[in-house]
Amino acid sequence: MMNNNDRVEIRKTHKLFIGGAFPRSESGRTFEATNSSGEFLANMAMASRKDARDAVIAARAAFASWSKATAYNRGQVLYRIAEVMQGRAEQFVQDIQNSEGVSIKKATKQVDTAIDRMVWYAGWADKYAQVLGNTNPVAGPFFNFSVPEPTGVVAAVAPDSPSLLGLVSVIAPIVMTGNSVIAIASYKNPVPAITLSECLATSDVIGGNINILTGDPADIMPWLATHADVNALDLTGITNTELITQLESDAAGTVKRVRTAPADPDFYATPTLSRVRAFTEIKTVWHPMGV
Amino acid sequence: MSSLDAQAPATHKGLHAFLAGLPGIDQVGAEARAAALGTRSIKKDSKLWAINTAISMVDLTTLEGADTRGKVKAMCSKALHPDPTDMTTPSVAAVCVYGDLVEAARSVVGDHIHVAAVATAFPSGRASLAVKLLDTAEAVTDGADEIDMVIDRGAFLSGNFSKVFDEIVAVKQACGSAHLKVILETGELKTLDNVRKASWLAMKAGADFIKTSTGKVTPAATLPVTLVMLEAVRDYYQETGTRIGVKAAGGIRTSKDAIKYLVMVNETVGEEWLTPDLFRFGASTLLNDLLLQRQRMLTGHYSGPDYVTID
Repeated sequence: MMNNNDRVEIRKTHKLFIGGAFPRSESGRTFEATNSSGEFLANMAMASRKDARDAVIAARAAFASWSKATAYNRGQVLYRIAEVMQGRAEQFVQDIQNSEGVSIKKATKQVDTAIDRMVWYAGWADKYAQVLGNTNPVAGPFFNFSVPEPTGVVAAVAPDSPSLLGLVSVIAPIVMTGNSVIAIASYKNPVPAITLSECLATSDVIGGNINILTGDPADIMPWLATHADVNALDLTGITNTELITQLESDAAGTVKRVRTAPADPDFYATPTLSRVRAFTEIKTVWHPMGV
Repeated sequence: MSSLDAQAPATHKGLHAFLAGLPGIDQVGAEARAAALGTRSIKKDSKLWAINTAISMVDLTTLEGADTRGKVKAMCSKALHPDPTDMTTPSVAAVCVYGDLVEAARSVVGDHIHVAAVATAFPSGRASLAVKLLDTAEAVTDGADEIDMVIDRGAFLSGNFSKVFDEIVAVKQACGSAHLKVILETGELKTLDNVRKASWLAMKAGADFIKTSTGKVTPAATLPVTLVMLEAVRDYYQETGTRIGVKAAGGIRTSKDAIKYLVMVNETVGEEWLTPDLFRFGASTLLNDLLLQRQRMLTGHYSGPDYVTID
């Protein structure tokens, strides 16, 4: 195919993923994604605050139905994402090699781990409530239950590296419990995120439940940190401590949950439930015992 | 052309001739004009002014079978102080309710804002004239100072303009000092030519306002329909010197849409119409979006539905 010189090259436009659709940035801005040696790779859409605002509206609308989906169904939908990702594995490997400049072996390991990570979280969908929730002993004729519920709309920043595994590790635990997410892909290595959004669009994810923006988190996050309809922030991909402080302070105005990254997290290690716990609310219910 | 004296008893032959003589409307042209006016960029101070003006033009409406006195009273409190976190927010122009709830509404809003009642067998208009007049008179007695009446679309569509005209004249009389808004229900009139005819018919019969829709029929208010009505109002003003108001009702849910209407009003009939006395929005959910955008303008960050009432 490559040898056929008569064929016009198909160039790809890398766009945002908002509300299940692939719009260009409202601002019309783009930025250049480069490979590890700084050479041009692709033009990416540079998300603006208005794209972020649109994503919040889409995420809030999707939250209404996604948070009501059964635990079993949520697990199935996550597993379906892993299925579609597996079919695209080669493209992911290529994307990661191009952006991160790693060997095919390392890139393959990252893709395999990312798919396994999705399946791992899919399996937790109907189990985490048993671990994070409880029936509490109380001094009275009551059943007392604590159950985790989704927090709402979460804005998350994925780490630069590993670009795909990091993004999946951020998104999966957020949406698994019923939240909606606006994920900002790595500013440095954004290309694998575009392939991931194509997987999401062709799986069973509700339009708007997972939104992926490409652009500068320092540009977009302050607007999401003060946005009154965002309930939590995941700052995994932000390393600038001044920016973290500013975002935490902005988030305080509307009492958001904020999860900052531990220093140098190991994305290849089997995760704990810490990310799941970070974006759930524990509701405790008192129920009268039989009279 | 027949006389424009709305007070004179209708010479029905002249009326028919006049309406038949109205020039036709280029629908594609009207839609293109409306779309072009919708692309204006209104930002910063102008946007804040537009939002405040739009809030002051809202007829906050609840017209459900499930309306209760409690719900109407709650809505009236919101009409007086739309955003309790910011008392500089203007009150809306009026509340719009069914006739039997006028008294409940008036007890909350006092003399601060208008109380509009839908009357004349709203929304279908399918009742005898006697019933329609009684409906109107009761609402006025209960304290409504604006009456939103529906025209008899069946009569209009079958060409019986005289009947529609006579009904409006009779209802106007029953209103006394209350302002009369005539609902054309443009979604059922089908063509823009009919909208122009119905607008002139209503103005000549004595309407103080012409209103697009009941909100019970889709499509409700659209930009092209409102454009045609505004043009009719402009032409009527040029011929008679009387300013008639326009109320766009139903289907306007976002601040962006509302601002498009304001631009159209300004460009079609002029700045004098940018007042609650001459232009209104009939809406329920629009107000919340206007408040969210207003909060966004004043606080500098995006607000969310948790910060306005659930209606």
